[in-house]
Amino acid sequence: MTRIQIITIAINFIFIAYIARLITKGKLREEYAIVWCVCTIFLIVFSFWTRGLELMSKVFGVFDPPNLVFTAFIFVILIYLLHLSVVSSKSHHSITRLTQEIAMMKEKMKKEEQERKKA
Amino acid sequence: MTKLLVIIPCYNEGDSLPLVLEQLLELKLPSHYLMEIAVVNDCSKDDTKWVAELYPIVVLDLLVNLGIGGAVQTGFLYARENGYDLAVQIDGDGQHPPRELIKLIDFYEQTKTNITIGSRFLAAGGFKSSFARRMGIRYFHWLNKVLTGKSIYDSTSGFRLFDKSAITIAAAKYPDEYPEPASLVLFSNAGLSIKEIPVIMSERLAGQSSIRNFASVYYCIKVTMSMLFIFARKSSWL
Repeated sequence: MTRIQIITIAINFIFIAYIARLITKGKLREEYAIVWCVCTIFLIVFSFWTRGLELMSKVFGVFDPPNLVFTAFIFVILIYLLHLSVVSSKSHHSITRLTQEIAMMKEKMKKEEQERKKA
Repeated sequence: MTKLLVIIPCYNEGDSLPLVLEQLLELKLPSHYLMEIAVVNDCSKDDTKWVAELYPIVVLDLLVNLGIGGAVQTGFLYARENGYDLAVQIDGDGQHPPRELIKLIDFYEQTKTNITIGSRFLAAGGFKSSFARRMGIRYFHWLNKVLTGKSIYDSTSGFRLFDKSAITIAAAKYPDEYPEPASLVLFSNAGLSIKEIPVIMSERLAGQSSIRNFASVYYCIKVTMSMLFIFARKSSWL
């Protein structure tokens, strides 16, 4: 096992442990953690199986194996960013609805209080 | 009895709001009309909320700044919830003179149009805006013609009267940003009738337009996009 393999494997395990910690502490929702776990597992597999990368590059017809890594990861990151935009749009919509509902409830309460005072 | 809700979306309009409210409260509407005013305070940093609460009106106070679309939609939600027959949007900056509201109501009474727009371009006199703004409005006139098949000159006018079916649609899904031109596509998709009548608008008393730098290309692109997407929602290919 080469030195770089040991380093990447160690970093991967630290990363996965950190994700697990975030989930258990309730700071990260499981649904967003899945993609990170899958990525880390991929990295671990290819850290052990160094021939695998060369094999994959040949399968996809990529001349230089590192290029495959970069292309694949950039693609995954783009998709994930898009997913995050969807998530943020959804939260935005929820906040809007909540704000509107609260405004109407406050007005209703005020009106009821005024009527009670009159009575 | 026709219940009318006047929706006034406000963001830092504390200076101009009292005059608008006083003019509105003095307004003489046809006798079978019951008018109520709802000020939507879009998380203003000034005293808008306190000013509004001095008057016998409904104040919808938003905790988070939602922008013009979300603020006006709050008014429509309130109108739907409380069974109003008509709703009209009037800006809090004094741009839409309340007496012009009579014209919208008269027109509605005669034609029963779903959406009546008060247009500053059909009338002679009153306030006309800058050249760049007029160019933008000409562009949107063309775009509206393409997307809705209707000839609307003042598609950015916020001074609009909605009937019950329009209120229902607007309460359910009013566009967030630049809602005036974009919502026209929405209403047209739903098959509502949209008519424009001339009104005289004045220059804003204070405050800033929600459309700053109308001339900016960015604005035109964003509005075009949102109009196109709302248009595409109607057709089944997307």
